[in-house]
Amino acid sequence: MKPKFGVVVFPGSNCDHDAYYSLKKVLGYQAEFIWHKDKDLKGSDVIILPGGFSYGDYLRTGAIARFSPIMDSVYKFAENGGVVIGICNGFQILLEIGLLPGVMIKNESLKFVCKDVYLNIENRENIFTKSIKQNILKIPIAHGDGNYFTDEITLKELEQNNQILFRYVSSDGKVNSESNPNGSFMNIAGIMNKKKNVMGLMPHPERCCNPLLGNIDGSLIFRSVAKHFLN
Amino acid sequence: MFKATVIIKRRPKILDPQGKAVEQGAKLLGFNNVKQTRIGKYIEFFVDTTDKKIAENEVREYSEKLLSNPIMEDFVYTLEEVK
Repeated sequence: MKPKFGVVVFPGSNCDHDAYYSLKKVLGYQAEFIWHKDKDLKGSDVIILPGGFSYGDYLRTGAIARFSPIMDSVYKFAENGGVVIGICNGFQILLEIGLLPGVMIKNESLKFVCKDVYLNIENRENIFTKSIKQNILKIPIAHGDGNYFTDEITLKELEQNNQILFRYVSSDGKVNSESNPNGSFMNIAGIMNKKKNVMGLMPHPERCCNPLLGNIDGSLIFRSVAKHFLN
Repeated sequence: MFKATVIIKRRPKILDPQGKAVEQGAKLLGFNNVKQTRIGKYIEFFVDTTDKKIAENEVREYSEKLLSNPIMEDFVYTLEEVK
């Protein structure tokens, strides 16, 4: 069965169409938009919280979107083991609602950073990266608030439970400050919840799925998730 | 009716890149004694009730649930009855 991806649309989402296009037109899965004021997840197997600037990112990134009616349903869906992927602003919403631990603060440089970065896959015991063969992915980032922060206790928990999924690295896989685009704690670019059904990442895999664009590393993540439902 | 003011402060341990950048400006202006500039938020609103307890609960819950993020911020508030 081809999995169905539900792409949530908040006021201010701007990567919703990219996600929809990549999933449906490029990768050939089922995809449907879900309006933030609705409550019905339309039978989706996977929920995507896309990038953008929901509610203008006022107050804090993702802080207002988390109270959208649809987020009640997304929260319950996730609690029951449903697969949720938060990309960029979607990741920030997952942090604000508490499905993932930590917070995002402004980039250390204070600049909006838009460029390709390299990510090391830190864990493969999960549906997001299980079927990816390569160790390093090249995926673009585009954010001003991607500086992941959490306290020492939470960080230890993340490490102990293998919840860190992606870290920013150099092209040859070194974790260092030069390869950290935003000042994130431990070069963290993406994490999962304990049950490993909810994942958030700052980079934009939906922007590198189409071979015409010269990079398909992003599609590997979606393919890995889809494979889980195909099996 | 009550008028509420809420001040939201970033916890001391949490990096404040904006405060740091503003402080660079202070140095450029020659304010060499200025140290540890931190940027927070000031929010004001009215609570339409005559019961101070209700008003206080509402301000606190609003601040905890939405206005601040308890992972990185603390808040203080004032409440003043207005006609």
